[in-house]
Amino acid sequence: MKNEIFEILSQEKIAKNVYKMVLKGNTDGISGSGQFVNIKLDGFYLRRPISVCDYDAETLTLIYKTVGEGTEAMSKYPDGTKLDVLVGLGNGYDLSLSGDKPLLIGGGVGVPPLYNLCKKLVALGKKPTVILGFGSSDEVFYEKMFAALGAEVRVTTVDGSYGTKGFVTDALNGIGYTYFYTCGPEPMLKALYNATVTEGQFSFEERMGCGFGACMGCSCKTKYGNKRICKDGPVLKKEEIIW
Amino acid sequence: MVNTKIDLCGVTIDNPVIPASGTFGFGYEFAEIYDINCLGTFSFKGTTKDARFGNPTPRIAECDMGMINAVGLQNPGVEKVISEELPKLKKCFNKPVMANVSGFSVPDYAYTVEKLDSESQIGWFEVNISCPNVHGGGMSFGTSPEAAAEVTKACRRVTDKPLFIKLSPNVTDIVSIAKACEDAGADGISMINTLLGMRIDLKTRKPIIANKMGGFSGPAIKPVALRMVYQVYDAVKIPIIGMGGISTAKDVIEMMLAGATAVEVGAANLIDPMCCKTIIEQLPIEMEKLGIKSLTEIIGGAHNG
Repeated sequence: MKNEIFEILSQEKIAKNVYKMVLKGNTDGISGSGQFVNIKLDGFYLRRPISVCDYDAETLTLIYKTVGEGTEAMSKYPDGTKLDVLVGLGNGYDLSLSGDKPLLIGGGVGVPPLYNLCKKLVALGKKPTVILGFGSSDEVFYEKMFAALGAEVRVTTVDGSYGTKGFVTDALNGIGYTYFYTCGPEPMLKALYNATVTEGQFSFEERMGCGFGACMGCSCKTKYGNKRICKDGPVLKKEEIIW
Repeated sequence: MVNTKIDLCGVTIDNPVIPASGTFGFGYEFAEIYDINCLGTFSFKGTTKDARFGNPTPRIAECDMGMINAVGLQNPGVEKVISEELPKLKKCFNKPVMANVSGFSVPDYAYTVEKLDSESQIGWFEVNISCPNVHGGGMSFGTSPEAAAEVTKACRRVTDKPLFIKLSPNVTDIVSIAKACEDAGADGISMINTLLGMRIDLKTRKPIIANKMGGFSGPAIKPVALRMVYQVYDAVKIPIIGMGGISTAKDVIEMMLAGATAVEVGAANLIDPMCCKTIIEQLPIEMEKLGIKSLTEIIGGAHNG
């Protein structure tokens, strides 16, 4: 974990209530895909944990949904705004287990952390397939970005207004995969836990106090003992999850 | 050159800044980002006889100028604290540490204190009779002078180390409880624990916290904490560790003027993990500005005249 000051380079709305924010600053604290950052916002006591969509040496891309007053305020910050950010939080995904044909499944704002993961897997010579699930066509984002990485992409919407009608589990048919990685709402994760045929990794969300393991605010029980979503997670392996 | 050293029950500490229990784990998460040996000491995660998972999640809710937590004393139990956590703590912290202990019965408290008493790094005990987040124990011992005295006596019997009793603000008369602890053999009072609070989600129309209520902390509670420390300082002779919304060096000075000998920093650690280091660096600067040569001289300063 590092505490850094980042500057907003750009911010744009990319889907209904979903914003893409690019920040400039030192990303040394980030050690891998699937980690998150925790952002201090003026006028709000707790920081806002946001997953890392993509990063390089000096820029950080975050995609977030406005779900409350804090993220609503953040979406209105002008370019050039300086943000106090804790970077490199959480364990992130373990890429070493992917096999040759990993399957990446994202739901809603669970999609962003899979982007950097997909990029890294492609760089390792893997052939990822990606399923992106949304509620409706106006919520869809990043389909082309994943395709541009060379991944095969399937999109589902619950109302059928775009792609396959239904949930991400409705798009699993006919995909051969060696391992899977997922992030999304808990009901989706639970459905995938039952519908998938290989081992895999799940990224969880929870209301956090600190985001770095101090307060025990986001604990969960696993087969390997109690874990803190922020520090020992957010990524848990299928084999350790109790459902 | 100003002097930030203070005496805490016969142990001199470099400064009065102490991260509060439950916001600092066993120290090593923070040792990743700064050398925690700059601290006066710290109060480690509340330890109970048996391992506890704590309450269901969500356990955290944001408030204006503060937060509510209902963690519920998650800890691995005293045996594992001794065998696994204290060795890790020792690697990143070389000063005496404060052991925070909780329980669900009087013998529970005594059991845990007795187990920890032989650990050489433990310099003080802080016995928490004020956790608002557990049922059948915790705060219930801190809401009557008789029960508070009973826990104090039981712990006193099993340790000669300085014994602080951590009090709840969720009472009618905190002064009588503090006096009962003093009379029962406590060496100091630690106060205040969190205020019982609640937030409700407007969309679901349900409490945000799974446990419905939780402990409210953060800058919003500082005036309550100052008032209570001020009142208790007038009534007892033993030292007070003051806490409640402390986030800056100025807050530390204000709390000491109210009557605190040392000061704990809680919720602020969760927002700014560097805050205790910052406070310690700022203290001499603020002291210079205010013409304070030694922090010892300002303890209870607001009571003069």
